[in-house]
Amino acid sequence: MTLNDFFFGAYPYLAGTIFLLGSWLRFDREQYTWKADSSQLLSNKNMRIASNLFHVGILAVFFGHLVGMLTPHSWFLALGISDTAHQYIAIYAGLIFGSLCLIGSIMLLLRRLNEPRVRAVSRKRDTFIIGWLLATVALGLSTTVVSIDHASHGDASTMIALTEWVKSVATLSVDASLIQDVNFIFKLHMFFGMTVFLLFPFTRLVHVWSVPLSYLGRAYQIVRVRKIRMN
Amino acid sequence: MSHFLDRLRFFKKVQGTFSKGHGIVTNEDRQWEDTYRNRWRHDKVVRSTHGVNCTGGCSWKIYVKNGLVAYEMQQTDYPETRPDLPNHEPRGCQRGASFSWYLYSPHRIKYPLVRGRLVDLYRAERKSGKDPVEAWEAIQADPAKRKSYTAVRGLGGFVRSNWEELTEIIAAANVYTIKKWGPDRIYGFSPIPAMSMISYAAGSRYLSLIGGACGSFYDWYCDLPAASPQVWGEQTDVPEAADWYNSKYIIICGANLPMTRTPDAHFAIESRYNGTKIVSMAPDYAEFVKFADLWMPVKQGTDAAAFMSMGHVALNEFHIKKQDPYFQEYVRTYTDMPMQVMLRKDGDRYVSGRFLRATDFDKNLGEDNNPEWKTVVYDSTTNSYVVPNGSVGFRWGEDGKWNLLPKNAATQADIEAELTCIDNRDDVVSVAFPHFAEGEDDTLLRNIPVRKLKLASGEEVFVTSVFDMMVSQYGIDRGLGDNLATSYDDASVAYTPAWGSKVTGIKTADLIRTGREFAENASKTRGKSMVIMGAAINHWYHNDLGYRSIMNILHICGCVGQTGGGWAHYVGQEKLRPQAGWAPIAFALDWHRPPRHMNSTTYWYFHTDQWRYEKVEADNILGSTAQAKYRGYQIGDYNVVSQRLGWLPSAPHFNKNPLDIVKAAEANGATDEAGVSQYMTEQLKSGDLSFAIEDIDAEENHPRNLFVWRANLIGCSAKGHEYFLKHLLGAQNGVMQEGTQGATCKEIKWHEKAPIGKLDLMVDINFRLNSTGAYSDIILPTATWYEKADLNTTDMHPFVHPLGKAVDPAFESKSDWQIFMRVAKKFSEIAEKHLGTVKDVVSLPMQHDSPMALAQPYGEVKDWKRGECDLIPGKTAPLFKVVERDYPNTYKKYTSVGPLMNKLGNNIKGIDWNTDLEIEQLKTHNGVITEEGISKGLPSLLEDVQVCDTVLMMAPETNGEVAHKSWSALSKKTGINHSHLYEGRHEEKIKYHDIVAQPRKIITAPTWSGIESETVSYNACYTNIHEHIPFRTLTGRASFYLDHEWMLDFGEGLCCYRPPQDLGAHKNLPAGLAKKLEGKKTLTLNWITPHSKWGIHSSYQDNLRMLTLFRGGPYFWVNEDEAKSIGLKDNDWVEAVNANGATVARVVVSQRVPKGMALMYHAQEKNVNVPGSNTTGKRGGILNSVTKVIMKPTNMIGGYAQLSYSFNYYGTVGSQRDENVIVHKIEDADVNWLEGDLTPEREAQLNPEGINN
Repeated sequence: MTLNDFFFGAYPYLAGTIFLLGSWLRFDREQYTWKADSSQLLSNKNMRIASNLFHVGILAVFFGHLVGMLTPHSWFLALGISDTAHQYIAIYAGLIFGSLCLIGSIMLLLRRLNEPRVRAVSRKRDTFIIGWLLATVALGLSTTVVSIDHASHGDASTMIALTEWVKSVATLSVDASLIQDVNFIFKLHMFFGMTVFLLFPFTRLVHVWSVPLSYLGRAYQIVRVRKIRMN
Repeated sequence: MSHFLDRLRFFKKVQGTFSKGHGIVTNEDRQWEDTYRNRWRHDKVVRSTHGVNCTGGCSWKIYVKNGLVAYEMQQTDYPETRPDLPNHEPRGCQRGASFSWYLYSPHRIKYPLVRGRLVDLYRAERKSGKDPVEAWEAIQADPAKRKSYTAVRGLGGFVRSNWEELTEIIAAANVYTIKKWGPDRIYGFSPIPAMSMISYAAGSRYLSLIGGACGSFYDWYCDLPAASPQVWGEQTDVPEAADWYNSKYIIICGANLPMTRTPDAHFAIESRYNGTKIVSMAPDYAEFVKFADLWMPVKQGTDAAAFMSMGHVALNEFHIKKQDPYFQEYVRTYTDMPMQVMLRKDGDRYVSGRFLRATDFDKNLGEDNNPEWKTVVYDSTTNSYVVPNGSVGFRWGEDGKWNLLPKNAATQADIEAELTCIDNRDDVVSVAFPHFAEGEDDTLLRNIPVRKLKLASGEEVFVTSVFDMMVSQYGIDRGLGDNLATSYDDASVAYTPAWGSKVTGIKTADLIRTGREFAENASKTRGKSMVIMGAAINHWYHNDLGYRSIMNILHICGCVGQTGGGWAHYVGQEKLRPQAGWAPIAFALDWHRPPRHMNSTTYWYFHTDQWRYEKVEADNILGSTAQAKYRGYQIGDYNVVSQRLGWLPSAPHFNKNPLDIVKAAEANGATDEAGVSQYMTEQLKSGDLSFAIEDIDAEENHPRNLFVWRANLIGCSAKGHEYFLKHLLGAQNGVMQEGTQGATCKEIKWHEKAPIGKLDLMVDINFRLNSTGAYSDIILPTATWYEKADLNTTDMHPFVHPLGKAVDPAFESKSDWQIFMRVAKKFSEIAEKHLGTVKDVVSLPMQHDSPMALAQPYGEVKDWKRGECDLIPGKTAPLFKVVERDYPNTYKKYTSVGPLMNKLGNNIKGIDWNTDLEIEQLKTHNGVITEEGISKGLPSLLEDVQVCDTVLMMAPETNGEVAHKSWSALSKKTGINHSHLYEGRHEEKIKYHDIVAQPRKIITAPTWSGIESETVSYNACYTNIHEHIPFRTLTGRASFYLDHEWMLDFGEGLCCYRPPQDLGAHKNLPAGLAKKLEGKKTLTLNWITPHSKWGIHSSYQDNLRMLTLFRGGPYFWVNEDEAKSIGLKDNDWVEAVNANGATVARVVVSQRVPKGMALMYHAQEKNVNVPGSNTTGKRGGILNSVTKVIMKPTNMIGGYAQLSYSFNYYGTVGSQRDENVIVHKIEDADVNWLEGDLTPEREAQLNPEGINN
C-alpha cells in the first residue's frame, strides 16, 4: 500500500469511524463533557466579532463542501451550472467564507493565548484544536491559488477528480488513485480536514452535534413522564 | 440504556399534549436529574462545628461522601428556648460554611515538616553516635550552626519528615532546655480553649506536666476587659444572645453584630420587632448601624466621653433632681456607692483616699476576722457607721456573712446604707480629681459634702460616700458653691453633654436624649436597658475606662444583673462552660499543683524586646493628684515591681534554673517546701537570686522552646510583629528604629546590643500553613474541626456542643490530644537518662478568688526591695511552691486521671468540693489503665472521647451531682440556700454521646453569675442581684471606686475620660525612615484593626472563597476625600509605615470611613498576595507590623481583692488601637515581590538597611 493509498484509501474511514463511534461513546459515557466550554463569561472582548466570523465562516465552508462535493455531477449540469461556473462559485464562496473563518479563528486563537483568564482555563486540546482549524482553513484558502489557475484555463479535471473521490469514499468504494496526481496542497488540506473529524470526539467540537435546532419548533412546555427505575 | 439510542426514538417521544398543544408530555430520558440528586447525596452526617476563634458555637451537619467531607449545613435541632422567645436557630454563618474547602486545600499541612537546615544538622549529629539530647546540645552549642537555621525563619525551606523523627527532636529540645536552662524556659501559646477545649488541654497538659509555662491569650488579644475584674471581680460574664430580645433599649457600641455575631444577630432584629429601641455608636457606617433607630457617629477612641455625659444626664435626672426608688435601692444594695471613703489632705485641697475599714474604728466594729478587708457604710436607721455583710473580708476565714443582704454584720440587724450625707453633712470641702481631656486643666476641683470622723488611731479625717464623690466628679451642680454645670449645654464643665459633644463629635441633643431615654426605660422596666459592646472600644490603651464609663451608667440605672439589661461584651470571651471539669485535665492539676501560668502581654513585651523601644513615659500618664512613689520609673519597671511583689506571674521566674535552685536549697539544708522558700527568700534579699525580668536580655533568661497550637501567634496576634521577628525569632524584620529608650529603665539591666533569635526551637501544630508555621522550625499536621472529638461552648447560648470526627484526620495528621501524647511518650523515653525525678519550684503570684487576694491590705504598696516591708513569700512576694517532677512518667501521667482529684478534690472560684464519686464513675465509664506503673487502675485518657467525658463528668455545668456539691459549698459561704437553682437537674449527667445526639443546655453552676431557667435568659451578674451572692470585689459590691495606691496615682480611682494615648511611633521618625518618605505625599492616620467581614471567627481570610469575595489579598480602607488629597485611587498599592515597621496592601477608598483613620481588617496575613515593602526592604507585613504593644501599670496590680492576678483574668492587656501610621501610595512599577533567590547577602541582611542593633 502506498502512502497515497493509506491517506486517501484508509484514512477517511479511520477518521470517519473514530468520529462517529467516538462521538457516540462520549455522548453515552461522558455526558458532563458534552458541551461547548464557552469562555465568553471570562472575557467578552471582541467576542461578538470573532465568534460570529468564525462560526458563520466555518458553517458556510462546511456546507459548501458538502453540497459542492456530494451533489451528483449530472445534477449540476441539469441545473445549467457548467463545470467552470461550478469552479468559480466554489472559489469565490470559498474565498469569502474561508476568509471570514480565517479571521475569526486567528482572533480566537490570539484571545486564547493572550487573554490571561481564558488562558488560565484553557486545556492543551482547546488551544490545539483552534490552531488546527486555523491551519486547515489557511490550507483550504491556499488551494484557491491553484484552483484559480485551473479555472482560468478552463480545466475542471482536478475538481472533477476530487468530487469523484469524495463520492467514492461516500459510497464505500474508495479509489485513492482518483486523486493520485492532484496538487499536493489539496492533499495536505484534505489530510488536515479529515483529521478534524478524527479529533472531533476528543474536543469541544462535539457541541456541533447538539445544535439546538429543536428549539425552533418545540412546544412551550415540556413535561417528562416519570420513570420508575430500580437501580 | 444508552443516551444515544434513547434519542433515536424520535417519533415516539411525544406521549400526549395539553393546553391546546402548547404543552407536550414526553418520555425523554431523565437520568440527568440524578446529577443534581447526587450532588446532595451523602454517606453520613456527623455533628461538628468550626471556628478559627468563633464565639458562635453553632451546630453543623458535616456531610461525608466517599470518605471525604463534601459540604456542611446548619443543624436545626436546638432545644426550644421557651414560649414568647425566638428560637436560636438557624445558627451558623456563610464564612463557617466555607470551611469544608479548607480540609483539602493547598494550605493544608499534610505531613510533619521540618526546616531543612535544622534536620540536616540534627541527622549529622545523630549519625555521629550522639543520643538525641547530645545531638541537640551540639547544635545549640555552636552559634554558627544555630544561626544557620534561625536566620532563615520565614523564608521557606521546609522538608517532609516523619512523626518519629520530629517528636524526637522536640522531646530532645525540651529535655535539653529543662536541664540546661530550666523548664520555665519552655512556653506554650494557644488561645480560647472554649472553641476546642480538648485540643487546648492537650498542649497545656503536656506543658504543665513538664513544668513549661502556659501563656494567656485573652489579655494578650486585648479582649479581656480589665474593667470587668476591676468593677466586678469577674473575668467576663455576659448575657446569652437570646437575652437581647428581653431588652427594651439597647445601645450598640463597638460590636458589629451582623458581621461578627452573625448567628446571633437575629435576636437584635427580633428585639426591634418586640419594641426595643436600638441606638448605634460607631465612627464609620458599620454594618450594624443600619439596624439602629439612631446612629451617633462617635470619634474613635472617645466613647468614654459619650457615656460619661450620658451618665451625667441619668445621674442628674434620676438621682439628684428626683430620686428614682428602684435606682436608689439598687445602687445602695449592689454597688459601692454608699461605701465611705476617706479624703486625704493634699496642700490646700483634698484628694480621694482609701475606703474606710473596720480597723479604722474602735474594736474593729466587732469584726475579728480580716477587719482590714471590711468596708464601712453609714446606716441611716441607727445613724452610725456599720460594717455591712458581703465585703471580701467575709469571704475567707468565716462562713455565712458573705452575702449582699442589707445587714449589719456584727448584729445581723437590718440597715439602710446612706447614699449621701448632703443633708447631714459636717462640712463641704474642695476635692481634686485628676482630669485628662486634651486642652483642659489637668485637675477638676469639686465641692463635696463630708462628715468628720475620728479614727481609732486618733486621727481626724473627712469621709464621704462614693456617691457624693461621683456626683460632683460628673460635674452635676448641687448648690455647694462650686458653680458646676448650669445646663447640659455648658461645654466648659467636664462630662456635660455639651462637653461630650465637643470631645466625641456627637450632637449634644443626641447625648441628652439617649442618656435620658436609657435611664427612663430602665426605671420603667427595672433595668431592661442594655449596652452591647465590643473590640472596637476595648482595644484602646485606656479601654478599662471606656468600659467603666459604660458600667457606670448601667449601675446608675440598675441594669446589671437584670434580664434584658446590663452589659453585653462580646470579644473573644468564649465561655468555657465546663471550666471546673476542664481545668484539672488542661493544667494537669490531677498530678501537680500549681501549674505555671504566665500573662502573655508581659511575656511578649519583654521577650520580644518591645520594652527597649518604649516611647511612652509612665510619668506622663500619672494623674495630677498622684503621690507616685515610683516616679521616674518606666512602664517596664512597673512590671518588675509587680512581679517581685507577687502581683503578676513571671516566666522564666529567676535568673537560675528552678531545678538548680531547689537542689542548692537542699544542699543548704532545706528539707521541705518551707525550707526551700526560706532559702530563696534569703537569696533574693541578698541579690544572689534575682527575677529574670531584671536582666531580661541575658541569655539565661531567654525563652528557648515555643509551642504554638490552635493559634496564629506570628501572623495575626503578634502585636509588634516585627519585634517578634527580630528579637524572638532572629528573622528578616522591618523594625525601622534602633531602640534606645529602654536604657532609661531603672529596674532592668541594659545591654547595648539587643539579643536576637532567642528561641532555640519553635513548634507550630496546625492544619494550615500560615505565617506562624512559616516562621517555625517544626510543623506538625493536626486534625481539623471535622476530624476529631472535642467540646465547644460559648456565651452566646447555653448549649454544650461536640466537635465530631466526620472523617479520619487526613493525610498524616492527628488530633492535638494524640500529638501531644506522642510527644509526651518520646519525652518520657529520653528523660529517663537525662532528667529522672527532680524537684522544681513554681513562683506563684497572689491568686484571685483565693485567700491570697487578701495579701496586701489598704491598697498600699509596700516594696520589700525598698525596705518598706520584709520579704514574706505569699504575702509581700510570690509564693514559692515545690513540685516534684517525675519526668520519665510524663506519658503515664498524661494518659490517666491522677490521684490529686481524690486527695485534694476540685475547686473553682474559691469553692471546693470532693470529687471521689466522679472519679469512681469515670473508672467505669472510661475504663482504667491496665499497664503496669503509676497510672495503673486510674481512669484512662487515651482516647479523645474519654477526655471529653472526663471534663463533662467533673463539671457542675454538665453533672447535676457536681452542681449540687459546688452550690452547697457556696451556700455555706453565703449563708443563703441556693439549691433551687439546680434542684430539678440534680440527677442529670451530660455525656459526649448525648451532645452528639443534640445540643444540651447546661446546668446552672456557681462558676458563673447567670442562671439557666425556664423564666429568664442567661444574664451576667444575675445571681449577684437575685441570689445576693457578693461580687468578688473588695466591697463585695460592683465598684465605682478603686482605692489602690496605683489606681489613684494614675488618676483612675473613679472612672474618667482619657483620650487615646500618643504612642510616638509616627513622630520624630528615625532618620532612615524619614529619608524614605521625603517628598512623598502622605497621610497620618489612626490605625484601626477591626474584625474582618471575609474571614474572622469562623473561617480564614486565605480561604479561596473569601479571597474571591474581596480583593484577593490584604487591603485597608481610607476616606474618599483624604485619599484624593494624596492622589490615591481605589485599589492602588499603598504602604502604611511607622517606626515599628511597614505593611503593604491595596487601598479601598470609601465614604464609609471617616477622616483620620485607616481601617485594616484583622488577621490578613502575609501568605497570600503580599509584596515587599520598599521602605523596609522586607515582606510587606501584616496589620501588626506597624503596631507595638504597650502596657498599663494599673493592670499590673495584684494581691488586692479583685485586683489580683489570675490566668486570662486580670493583668496587662495588649492594646494596639492608639497607633498611628503614615500612609503613602506605591506606584505599580515599584512593587517588588521579593521573589529572588536567597543569596548569602540577603540572608545576612536581617534588618532594614541602616538599622544596626
